[in-house]
Amino acid sequence: MSDITRAEICVTACADLFLGAGETLASPMGLIPSLGAKLARLTTEPDLLLSDGEAYLLTPESTVEGWLPYRKVFDVVAHGRRHVVMGANQVDRFGNQNISAIGDHARPTRQLLGFRGAPGNTINHRTSYWVPRHSPRVLVEAVDVVSGVGYDHAVGPFHDVHRVVTNLAVLDFDTPDHSMRLVSTHPGVSVDEVQKQTSFPLVADEVSETRLPTDEELELLRTVLDPDSRRDREVPA
Amino acid sequence: MRDKRMTADEAVSGIKDGMTVGIGGWGSRRKPMALVKALLRTDVKDLVVVTYGGPDVGLLCAAGKVRKLVYGFVSLDSIPYDPWFKRVREAGGIEVLELDEGMFQTGLRAAAHRLPFLPIRAGLGSDVLKYAPEIKTIRSPYDDGEELVAMPALKLDVALVHLNRADRHGNAQYLGPDPYFDDLFCLAADRRYVSCERIVETFDGPPQTLLLNRMMVDGVVEAPGGAGFTSCVPDYPRDEKLQREYAEAAADLEKWPDFYERVLG
Repeated sequence: MSDITRAEICVTACADLFLGAGETLASPMGLIPSLGAKLARLTTEPDLLLSDGEAYLLTPESTVEGWLPYRKVFDVVAHGRRHVVMGANQVDRFGNQNISAIGDHARPTRQLLGFRGAPGNTINHRTSYWVPRHSPRVLVEAVDVVSGVGYDHAVGPFHDVHRVVTNLAVLDFDTPDHSMRLVSTHPGVSVDEVQKQTSFPLVADEVSETRLPTDEELELLRTVLDPDSRRDREVPA
Repeated sequence: MRDKRMTADEAVSGIKDGMTVGIGGWGSRRKPMALVKALLRTDVKDLVVVTYGGPDVGLLCAAGKVRKLVYGFVSLDSIPYDPWFKRVREAGGIEVLELDEGMFQTGLRAAAHRLPFLPIRAGLGSDVLKYAPEIKTIRSPYDDGEELVAMPALKLDVALVHLNRADRHGNAQYLGPDPYFDDLFCLAADRRYVSCERIVETFDGPPQTLLLNRMMVDGVVEAPGGAGFTSCVPDYPRDEKLQREYAEAAADLEKWPDFYERVLG
């Protein structure tokens, strides 16, 4: 299929976050990661569990297969069989994430949501991030408030920040000191461009190109999961 | 059995300056807005408000009633940020104890169980502990020796919650998909007030939906529409239009007095 859009590449990059996840609760926040999780479930990861974002677990046919109110979500967080893809107002070099406040926490220049579940998520189970607008304001040297715990603050047996998917690239922390590494750039994006949009130097030794969606994935995405192309509004071509 | 029916104004009349008030629901979902509005009509001030925050926080901040807020987040769900909460925070106008959402639940549970604290992993490594030095860690006395957060009990003077149905004795039922944490708020509080869409003689639906029993409730307020403009499914969804009007008025102080008069006055 032709005319593959940037948004579609972002969706499959998000789907790939769940490779090998098995019977795990996928908790994607936001449209692109949600489409990615659903796509993974329909292709390589049929055992994934998906919630409706409220209190139910749903099958791909949208029938209810389980009950998961917030109180039980916290049980899953502590139990650990979960991979969350959160948003981030800031992410830094070591994978710390901020959704709490910009500036001084006592008197922020910009109040955001608050810690939400980020501290518990990052200390208990695999966590990834989705950044729809990769820029130096988001990819910062050090976050103002550590909501999600990065590698230089990591403690305990279960910390696992997996990847950051952005509108430009896929990044991870698979370096000796767990500083952020450029894994792949999306087709049409240069390593230089990603570096220009990032406030700190990225490790960029073996950068590949983010894979294209398969025909099957495109078909599912375009006809089943997102026929109205809401994805293109979140990530313009 | 005791008849605990009362008005919203009677329910909040025992709330005094400086008290710690827990507010049930979640974000902009099944908030006890009729009770919050009754609280707005009082002269009470310097409250410590404990909540998974939504427009309840915004309204109480707008009225200058909050000395300190204990929360995991404040959001209107379909609108990410509450403008009043943003304004008072950016003006340094309130004290805060900002927690991870799971720490918040654990703090309520500790209070509900009359324990000084409960251990939890959430919070370790994050800035929760940096901004809340009063929260200590504790080391496991067993072979693992793991260090954990000792989440202190979030003890409440008063809990305010809204459910779909209740009887006059304080048994109460949720009919939507999520009970949220209203039972824990009641167990963590000395005095507990539930408003409901309708007071009934007998309950329909499975017994698992009976979230509160009468040991957990001191006052019952019949308040149809009493969660509005937040959602109270299946009785009604969120009133998105009114919530948008709230957010616009809250973001523009020139519009606020008119909105307040029209909707809250």
